Parts: sequence; structure tokens; C-alpha cells
Amino acid sequence: MDDLEVPRAQHDMGGVSKFMCDPVDTDTHALTDFDRRVDALRQLLGAKQVMSVDELRRGIEAIPEATYHQLSYYQRWIRSIADNLLVRGVISADELRAALEAA
Amino acid sequence: MLQPGTPVQVKLDWPETRGPCHIRTPHYLRGRMGVVERHLGDFPNPEDLAFARPAARLPLYHVRFDQPALWGEGYAGDAIVVELYESWLEAR
Repeated sequence: MDDLEVPRAQHDMGGVSKFMCDPVDTDTHALTDFDRRVDALRQLLGAKQVMSVDELRRGIEAIPEATYHQLSYYQRWIRSIADNLLVRGVISADELRAALEAA
Repeated sequence: MLQPGTPVQVKLDWPETRGPCHIRTPHYLRGRMGVVERHLGDFPNPEDLAFARPAARLPLYHVRFDQPALWGEGYAGDAIVVELYESWLEAR
């Protein structure tokens, strides 16, 4: 079946042929320490009502397409979290840059 | 409230073309006909929650679609069931 010629967003992949070429990987994926820390941060931001899961999703969907496909699942999360916190002024760009350089 | 068995058409709308948005209705269902299977409850509209705006509670439904017509694969009688908010549905 040909793909629909419609203005879908990059995350809206259902039925798109280029994502149907490989069998679905149903193995359990081991979580890395990075994955766990990102998840913990997301849960804290939700519990403290700083950022909802809906805002997380919107931020993930706003990642430019080329970058989106390069990032892992939790890398997309931390990208969205950082973007959300910058927009809200919870952190500043300088603080983020300093933290990244110190890491 | 839409009753089970009600034929519905998913709106043929592309908010993606009008600016930043968060849409939970898959692209492949826009404009398609389905049948309401059941009401799942009322939930704050995620399209507003995604921007930290006040969000009205909307009915959410399981809507059944004929799969071969959607995907061009599968067998007669195959169906897919998708969660859709009432704001995306028009009774037919």
C-alpha cells in the first residue's frame, strides 16, 4: 500500500511503509543508568507539577526530524525536558551549558 | 455522548499545518469511517494539557475501524480499535 500523501508529523508513524521493513523487536530492553535518571527526573517534574506528561510528549514531537531519528527513546525525553524547562525559565541556557560542560 | 454502535467519521483536519500542536489522532484515520465501540471515560483534552492551558474534559471512545481498508493488508473482519476524543468525531 502506498503511503498517504498527508502532512503527518514525524512521530506519527503508524502504517508508514519505511517503518514496516524490519520485524518488530519484542525483546526486553535493559534500562541504562541514564534511562533511569531521565525517568526519575520526569516523575519528579510531574509530581511537583512543573511539567506534565502531555508537555513531555509535545516537546518530543517538536524535535526536528533528522535529530528525532538519531536519538534514543530516553534521549528524546531529556531533550524535551530540557526544552520545556528552558521555556519555563526553570533553568537558564547558561546553567544548562555549564552543567553539560561539567559532566 | 456517542452510543456504542454509532457510525462516526474522523475529522479530516490537519492541525499540524497550522503551527505547534499535540495531536493524538493518527494521520491514517483522518477522514475515515469507524464505529463507536465504547465510552472509556472523560479526560482533560491533551491538546491543551500539552501547552499547560486549561483543559476541558472530553469523552474518550474506543472506535473500531475496518483494517483491510486502512492498511491494505489483513483479512475481512480484521479491525483496529483506536482511542479517540469526541472533538475528532462526527456522527454519521
